[in-house]
Amino acid sequence: MKVELTVNGKGVTADVEDRTLLVHFLRDVADLTATNIGCDTTSCGACTVLLDGESVKSCTVLAAQADGRAVTTLEGLAAESGEMHPVQRAFHEEHGLQCGYCTPGMVMAIVSLLKENPSPTEAEVRTGLEGNICRCTGYHNIVKAALAAAEASQ
Amino acid sequence: MIPPSFTYARATSVDEALALAAEHGEDAKYLAGGQSLLPLMKLRFAAPTVLIDLGRVTELSYVRDEGTYVAIGALTRHHDVATSELLLADIPLLAHTAEAVGDPQIRHRGTIGGSVAHADAAADLPASLLALDATFVVRGESGTRTAAAAEFFKGIFETALEPGELLTEIQVPKPASPSAWSFQKFNKRAIDFAMVGAAVQGAGGQNTAVALINMGSTPLRATAVESALANGASIADAAALAAEGTNAGSDIHASKAYREHLARVLVRRALEEASARA
Amino acid sequence: MSILGTRVIRTEDPRLLTSGGVYVDDLREPDLAGAVRATFVRSTVAHALITGIDTSAALAAPGVVAVLTAADMTDLPAPPPPEPLPDDAPPPEGPNPMGGVWQEPLLAVDRVRFVGEPVAIVLTDTTYAGEDVAELVSVDYEPLPAVPSIEAALADESLLFPDAGTNVCVRGGRAIGDDSIFAGCEVIVEGDVVNQRVAALPMEGRATAAVFSGGKLTVWTSTQNAQLARLIFTAVGLPPDAIRVVAPDVGGGFGAKIGVDREQIIVAWAAKRTGKPVRWVETRNENLMGMTQGRAQLHHIKIGGDRQGHIKAYRLDVVQDSGAYSRMGGFLPMLTNLMAPGVYDIPVVEADYKVVVTNGTPIAAYRGAGRPEAAATVERAVDWFAAEAGVDPAVVRKLNFIKKEQFPFVTKTGAPYDTGDYEAALDLVLDAAGYDQLRAEQKRRRDAGETKLLGIGLATYVEITAADGAAGETAKVEVHDDGTATVYTGSSAHGQGHHTAFAMIVQNELGIPMDKIEVIHGDTDLIPDGVGTYASRSLQLGGSAVHKAAIEVKEEAAKKAAELFEAAEADVVLDADTGTWHIAGDPDKSLSWSQVAAAADQGLIVANVRFTADRPTFPFGTQLSLVEVDAETGKVTLLRHVTADDAGPVLNPVLMEGQRHGGIAQGAAQALVEEILYDADGNPLTATLMDYGAITAAELPSFELLTHETSTSANPLGVKGIGEAGTIGATPAVHNAVIDAVSHLGVRHIDMPTTPERVWTAIQKAGAQKESAQ
Repeated sequence: MKVELTVNGKGVTADVEDRTLLVHFLRDVADLTATNIGCDTTSCGACTVLLDGESVKSCTVLAAQADGRAVTTLEGLAAESGEMHPVQRAFHEEHGLQCGYCTPGMVMAIVSLLKENPSPTEAEVRTGLEGNICRCTGYHNIVKAALAAAEASQ
Repeated sequence: MIPPSFTYARATSVDEALALAAEHGEDAKYLAGGQSLLPLMKLRFAAPTVLIDLGRVTELSYVRDEGTYVAIGALTRHHDVATSELLLADIPLLAHTAEAVGDPQIRHRGTIGGSVAHADAAADLPASLLALDATFVVRGESGTRTAAAAEFFKGIFETALEPGELLTEIQVPKPASPSAWSFQKFNKRAIDFAMVGAAVQGAGGQNTAVALINMGSTPLRATAVESALANGASIADAAALAAEGTNAGSDIHASKAYREHLARVLVRRALEEASARA
Repeated sequence: MSILGTRVIRTEDPRLLTSGGVYVDDLREPDLAGAVRATFVRSTVAHALITGIDTSAALAAPGVVAVLTAADMTDLPAPPPPEPLPDDAPPPEGPNPMGGVWQEPLLAVDRVRFVGEPVAIVLTDTTYAGEDVAELVSVDYEPLPAVPSIEAALADESLLFPDAGTNVCVRGGRAIGDDSIFAGCEVIVEGDVVNQRVAALPMEGRATAAVFSGGKLTVWTSTQNAQLARLIFTAVGLPPDAIRVVAPDVGGGFGAKIGVDREQIIVAWAAKRTGKPVRWVETRNENLMGMTQGRAQLHHIKIGGDRQGHIKAYRLDVVQDSGAYSRMGGFLPMLTNLMAPGVYDIPVVEADYKVVVTNGTPIAAYRGAGRPEAAATVERAVDWFAAEAGVDPAVVRKLNFIKKEQFPFVTKTGAPYDTGDYEAALDLVLDAAGYDQLRAEQKRRRDAGETKLLGIGLATYVEITAADGAAGETAKVEVHDDGTATVYTGSSAHGQGHHTAFAMIVQNELGIPMDKIEVIHGDTDLIPDGVGTYASRSLQLGGSAVHKAAIEVKEEAAKKAAELFEAAEADVVLDADTGTWHIAGDPDKSLSWSQVAAAADQGLIVANVRFTADRPTFPFGTQLSLVEVDAETGKVTLLRHVTADDAGPVLNPVLMEGQRHGGIAQGAAQALVEEILYDADGNPLTATLMDYGAITAAELPSFELLTHETSTSANPLGVKGIGEAGTIGATPAVHNAVIDAVSHLGVRHIDMPTTPERVWTAIQKAGAQKESAQ
């Protein structure tokens, strides 16, 4: 079936199998490979992107369900000028990533979290990230990055 | 990881959804948020050959004040139930239960109707809806009917929905004392399903409803507890009866005996908290 | 002003944060255009004979390119037929046999030994067709009695390798004597301690892409050492110089990606066999069944001492579950035995081990690899002993520490500890945590009969890093005529930030700014010789190699600069702050690196070195965990975690802290929530992330890290390894804290993970014992 999405502001149209998951549409059709797959039970959050501005796990959304809607991935987060989004910058400054595999999903989850709760407490950040697994950082600096980004955006 | 092949069909209205279901029969399943169905399909535990996507049936996404009750469209997302000003004021138990479902990403997609129709015994919303004596509005080929929550959940992943029927609305009566609520979800990790859970609406005494999560193949009302409270028993004495009439399972997360113990503790804590909030 | 020791954020980040890392599944190499997708057919039974494989339906399916089984591997050199061991032969001594009667095949031949073992490989034109076709491969199994546990293995009734005559594949350590070593001990504790099987769980699973063209095999693979991987890929029947291995961005390894597994070899073989590029990316379910796992040791301990808390004797008896195939699992308990006494000067220590095969996933290295098990148990034993003796566990530790003046110290198990100051690290943590106040609050809650109890857990640990210092590490440093530098390292970062750390070392030595330094790793065409990143070796060995190469470059450059200045070499000096060359005492005349390099042969100054260390190093530390235990439910909440992890001078605090954080989380996870489980038939019960309790941010607090630096003379940087320390210290700290919380109720031990039910059950049992004792 034909699926048409706006991804990072650009229209992407393709004829895909009905069962195509959004994450595969993004990675293999739109050729945006930053979004990663880390599990098969909607548990790890590595595939998190924004769908109409809200975080979703793209492995548990059909491309068909996202038809006609707007998706934002990590690659679309920085400004046109190349200037990093506050969350990206905070991750860099606070050493919020090591191997980088969970990072795109983690960043997008935090972008959405801060949109809904611009001044979260540490506890709210931690609970808000219960659907995002990281194995390298122990979350300490990810949480710091989220709080730093929140502060920088005030 | 990859679901088996299926044909995707899209409905933009309830009528269209029903017609598509009638057309495809047993091979078809409704797709709401997909946060329960798609994972099953990805593990190849479910393999419907037709999916009827309800995502554009916007007419079923609402939270409406109907005076004595709140009407919630079946396709209202958990996020919207959790953040509804109306529900936070008039039925906080329901709003807070929706907040406890999964994680933020799941709550942006999953729907209250999807959760109810899926009927996982470990799910959060069915238990609270049972405690709140919700009524479910169901539409089928033959028309509209209602089903009380108490009669709706039949078994694990089994409800009173007939093939092709669509849950359209959940009607939740406004409790007399909205702030007398408590939702206790016990798990090893925040993201886990409830090992055992308890939902309470009421400040003890008469008219206090207590529902249990994962103490059987469906959500259960802790009727022994409720009767004891109605007869004047203390919270502690009533809560001691929490496991009566239940049929908890044993699995890698907990044994039956431990679940029964948890039920007693959680019910007591929920009653205390609801009482303190009243 | 040296850059070493300062906080430098990573040069790796901008790319990772804006366009994302490029992992195997992201590669868009021209050579991989049109690559077919590989999907494995895996055993669904734990122990069975394969009586038939029917590929006909699969071969007729849409999208199929090939379906291959062991029967198709006719082009590979067959392993020599094993000589059955004589009936009365004792299990072999020392590390793992890996071959002979214990031979592990590539694709299963006539027998499967764990659920998830690869039986066939299916190649399809698209990813999505892969599982569809794999489902159509029909395998007939004749089940054999499962060996799902160490206990079942030791019974030697059902044998995984009948030709071996036993399931015990390795034995070692010192023979355990009689109990006379405990004679005269006023306090003796004896018990079993389980160090449960856990998953390595890197967020990127295993993945490999291979193409065979023009007689050359090129493999991109998610590995911790491309050079070792290349050696392993020779199994496809090619010499090393016909193989190129590239490690792209790697999404975590934790020891489970050392070299490569059998699946990667099969993928490379399939590429060679079919002449098509092949890509394989495992699912998480496959990963939780097929990637090597960690720990899985059963310990029997006995510890004895006097009532004041002096420990006189300690015995550790290890049985390692190596899973279905011995591999590194056969070697790890040697390290456990080596590190058995930990930080303590115990007069008599006995440690031995045996390794058994079971119908489970093979065990290999996982963050700490043999040493966390030693620390977890000796720290548990010390707390248990302290509880029995009625002495504060901090006091018992101090009484028995190896003292600062005693270093270098060779333990009773033969471990040559270089430097340490265990008491200082402990005091630092006790002070920062407010130990006395914590104990006071703990007591207050107990006396008041509160149900939310405080538990305080200590772990003082030491561990061995760079045990293979003799293998060392390689580095090549080049300075180009445009003033930039390139560093080629045999280390292989998968999150550790080596590019930043090694660039810091070069900037420090040569004064070339970091943004003009490129660090390259993981490509055997560019770096044919290298050892890799594991065992916390990279800074001390890889960094020292970079340091050595930089110094040699400096010496070469000095000669060239002297020529250009027409001065004596001894008069030439490099200003490392500005990266310019001068004649001493004449700051006006200067040469840039660009000028010096341009004057050199081919416009390049280069040094290619290997750095070896003649001894391992022993980082150490203390960790303190503060937990709250809900006595009514057994649920544990982690409140605080305070650590002093000492791995010598800190090159970059940012990177060092990150390593500690990650290690603490994994260590706490083992104590609290993670466990790989099998049922009685050997079926995995935790093969998805729904069931395997990977720890999340919601379960953890922020950590309190203290600085403690004790250098070593084993390398010029003075550093030891920090990568695994967090895991080694955190597990026993959290574990001890949970038990400490309920010790006043009579609880002395709870096995990990300390799930709510386990804690609650222990409380009930202790209560019942107290009642019956009255």
